[in-house]
Amino acid sequence: MTRSGAFAKASAKLVALAKKAIKLTDQKPLSFQQIILKLHDYWSDQGCSILQPYDMEMGAGTFHTATTLRALGPDPWNAAFVQPCRRPTDGRYGENPNRLQHYYQYQVILKPSPPDIQQLYLDSLTAIGIDPMLHDIRFVEDDWESPTLGAWGLGWEVWCDGMEVTQFTYFQQMGGFDCKPVAGELTYGLERLAMYIQGVDSIYDLDYNGNGVSYGDIFLDNEKQMSEWNFEVANTETLFDLFNKAVGECENCLEAKLPIPAYEQAIKASHVFNLLQARGVISVQERASYMGRVRDLAKGSCEAYMAKNGWAA
Amino acid sequence: MANFLLELLSEEIPARMQAKARADLERLFVAQLSDAGLKAADIIVFSTPRRLALIAKDLPDQTEAVSEEAKGPPEGAPDQAVDGFCRKNGVTRDQLEVRDVKGRPTLFAVINKPGRATSDVLSEAIPAIIKAFPWPKSMRWGDASLSTESLRWVRPLSGIVAILGDNLVACEIDGVASGYETVGHRFHHDGVVTIGNAGDYAEKLRACHVLVDQAEREAIVRDGAAKAASGGGLELVADEGLVIENAGLTEWPVPLLGEFDPAFLDVPEEVIQLTARVNQKYFICRDKSGKLAPNFICTANIDASDGGKAIVAGNEKVLAARLSDAKFFWELDQKTPLEDHAKKLSNIVFHEKLGTVADKVERVAKLAEWLVSLEGNGFYQSSPGDTLHGEVSEAARLCKADLVTEMVGEFPDLQGLMGGYYAEKQGKSEAVANAIRDHYKPVGQGDQVPTDPVTVAVSLADKLDTLVGFFAIEQMPTGSKDPYALRRAAIAVIRLIEELNLRVSITAAIEQAFNIYMDVFVQRVSDISPEFKAFTESKSFEDPVSFRIIVDLVAPKGKNTGTEALSSLTTRLKLPPKGHEIIELAVGMAADPLKLADQILGFFADRLKVQQREAGVRHDLIDAVFALGGEDDLVRVLARVKALQAFVETPDGENLLAGYKRASNILKKEMKDSSAPAQAGAHLPHDTSDAPSGDGPLPTQGNKGLSYTPEKAEKALIDALDAAQPDVTAAIEAEEFEKAMTALANLRAPIDQFFEDVTVNDSDAEKREARLALLARFRAAVHQVADFSKIEG
Repeated sequence: MTRSGAFAKASAKLVALAKKAIKLTDQKPLSFQQIILKLHDYWSDQGCSILQPYDMEMGAGTFHTATTLRALGPDPWNAAFVQPCRRPTDGRYGENPNRLQHYYQYQVILKPSPPDIQQLYLDSLTAIGIDPMLHDIRFVEDDWESPTLGAWGLGWEVWCDGMEVTQFTYFQQMGGFDCKPVAGELTYGLERLAMYIQGVDSIYDLDYNGNGVSYGDIFLDNEKQMSEWNFEVANTETLFDLFNKAVGECENCLEAKLPIPAYEQAIKASHVFNLLQARGVISVQERASYMGRVRDLAKGSCEAYMAKNGWAA
Repeated sequence: MANFLLELLSEEIPARMQAKARADLERLFVAQLSDAGLKAADIIVFSTPRRLALIAKDLPDQTEAVSEEAKGPPEGAPDQAVDGFCRKNGVTRDQLEVRDVKGRPTLFAVINKPGRATSDVLSEAIPAIIKAFPWPKSMRWGDASLSTESLRWVRPLSGIVAILGDNLVACEIDGVASGYETVGHRFHHDGVVTIGNAGDYAEKLRACHVLVDQAEREAIVRDGAAKAASGGGLELVADEGLVIENAGLTEWPVPLLGEFDPAFLDVPEEVIQLTARVNQKYFICRDKSGKLAPNFICTANIDASDGGKAIVAGNEKVLAARLSDAKFFWELDQKTPLEDHAKKLSNIVFHEKLGTVADKVERVAKLAEWLVSLEGNGFYQSSPGDTLHGEVSEAARLCKADLVTEMVGEFPDLQGLMGGYYAEKQGKSEAVANAIRDHYKPVGQGDQVPTDPVTVAVSLADKLDTLVGFFAIEQMPTGSKDPYALRRAAIAVIRLIEELNLRVSITAAIEQAFNIYMDVFVQRVSDISPEFKAFTESKSFEDPVSFRIIVDLVAPKGKNTGTEALSSLTTRLKLPPKGHEIIELAVGMAADPLKLADQILGFFADRLKVQQREAGVRHDLIDAVFALGGEDDLVRVLARVKALQAFVETPDGENLLAGYKRASNILKKEMKDSSAPAQAGAHLPHDTSDAPSGDGPLPTQGNKGLSYTPEKAEKALIDALDAAQPDVTAAIEAEEFEKAMTALANLRAPIDQFFEDVTVNDSDAEKREARLALLARFRAAVHQVADFSKIEG
């Protein structure tokens, strides 16, 4: 069968699913946690290992070792997980209905990228109740680059009626190394998707559990307090100190040839740097040099990981 | 004759790449055909987000048979050579022919190539085209990407349709094989679409909700958007870039009109436009009176089952979210006056060796105040206390305040613009608001130079401050690296000065900027250390005070190094660590300000050469004028250069240059031969060819003390110099450079005659020295205009 044949077969499957979805939308939309559960079910059915979140502060699911480190080397790897993300500068004291300094990404990594990855993704949208005949779903160019991870890839942001709901990337390089083979990464913005599916205008109004608990009930206080801390209270001297200590510890780990703990320190340095940014104490000129330091740590960790596994660049 | 269809199916191709991809596909295809001796009657190319396609009309069924000859070794060459030749050309030995080449019997192979089936040519051409395709960015994917040598395409290539007439052109690349089957619209069509031939391609796809012709989709977007707008009683703000982009994002475009809450119209238009166009690819509309309307037009890719209601509702929600973010920033930012925003600049490091952005702003203000109070600056005039002075001072101190606002944090492109808006809202004068908005200008070659005096002063001061700071810490651009955009800053300064005829001594401005750096450092330390303040006030220094303080304070004394001097000062004055740090910065910067000025002036000269090249101004003439030394008024430099260029291209100019070079060579030789300078009542300018020689005292009336009767030509030159020199000097003082050139031209005949008739190297030492002095006088006269030794030719 040619690839276009496979594609057509997948399309047919999609239309069947879409027809089911139309019925689904008549029902009560999925709660926040049901969306996660559905995605877990769906990707579990596709053979993914369902992981739990990484227990460290990070700016994106891509920082999870299951993505960054596992994108390296030749071994196949299929995983899905929720990752809480912290972006201190995005905090709005709980006052903006669309922005949070702490939110959730649903992350899928498929390595090597399967030929029907786009269709697999579209089917996952149908599974959570988005009808592609009613909504405008589009793959819009968005090349991904993470200077802090020394990584880049090509792909799209997926739009649903003009809203970016997923970042879709074919990793080409990670930590400065060519990805052999290339992994496909899907990153769903869970809150945005849920707002869409539930038709609410504020994140805080999201139905969290389908049983009377809203997203705001759980997270509004967190947003208020964390925003205040991120922007106003966090002691910058402590943060500068933490940054330098994480850098030092990362170097220590690298010397001991321990790539995973080294990488954790790189993540830590990266998050502290984000906090310093939120405190507004890093100028445009200095920013590049800090990012350069974090990049060196992340790249060093990736390099050590490659070496530890005996993989050639 | 048959028509050929090629479709390369892939995952979504970025809209911005499609136009070039179509052109590349056609170009590569034509090249492949012509290599095989084939030509199509016509070629049409299509693109959609998911496919690139080409139809070639009336291709011959096969290529023409050709007969080629290959020249081989001479007859009787070793067997090895002959066999090799046969192998290479696919002939046997008995098929070789012998021909005479310049009297030498030589073997020839005649290779008859029968016509090849076009279909065979195409099955080789397609993979070759795919491999050679010049995507701006390409990628690897899937199982094959285990090797970095795997096929690269803009996004994964998923299928190939290749049909010549009604027949499949079989080919395969990296596991993707050609076939008759493609896909229709991603959501509107179920299953495969089987294409019969080039003739039914577009129509079959149309039936499956794919419009392959981008021009047709563009027309639908363009007309559909206009129609949607007029349907709402509005006028579309035409945007061809958006038309093309939306056509490149859709296979079945459906423009839809949406609206947003008019309350968002409080937000500046630029912000709304930026949000709608750049982030969402929406068209915007104006109402009948030309005001921005609370509407937008998005382009969907489906005929939705509900007529697009859900899509419009979704897009409205997205835009509302984005605009509410913008409105939130807009309102939040205004709650804080710019003066208070500006205070936060002291938390932002401008450069680790140059202090904070607040320091920079303070310096820019001081320098801008100095610039406007310069006498005869040719453009504006102010003194402390007047309106202009006050506005310059205020605008400079607020010009970077918007950097810490939320809006600029979100949309960095809006720096300056937002500051201008906030200043306006805060009731600042128009001149101040304009200066805050436009002080980054001119940004590029095409950008307009601001003309408002307040803006000009702040813009100039900002750029000069940056240049001086980074040069002082030796962060000048190298090769292609210019991380602080210093070249752009220098070009901006040149353009401001040149286009507005500003009369500023660059050297003086650089020294001033440097002293201001020191002033601000000293001021910062004084702010936090009363002991330091009292100490500096107790000292009496010449101007510039701060620089002397810094140098004096940390100058090595006795056995102490500078570092030790600084440490002992810190202890003695109980300086807080911050104060110590600041003084360290000042010491780090405290280069020789004159040397610094020289370096930066040289940088300006280089930028000027590059910038003026397009205008046809010769770089050697710019060098010739700068080589005079002391010339740092760019307006005057350019006037001189332009007059000089006109002059040296006349016969008078050429001959004078020749005479000058001859005189100069003789003088150079003499300087080398005798270490004692010639003495004949005239000063012989010191001479190394790169030392400027125009600023020494001018030798005048050099013939007065002659002890012998000069020869006729010698006398004529003396007289001509006596006559021309005052004219040249007066003309230059009046900045009438053409007149100066005319006066110089009068020296041409006498100098020619002098070399014709007079022996410089006379055996009489007195004559020889007097004549050398005369030549030196001649050279000095010419040097009043430019250093002619730098002129080429």
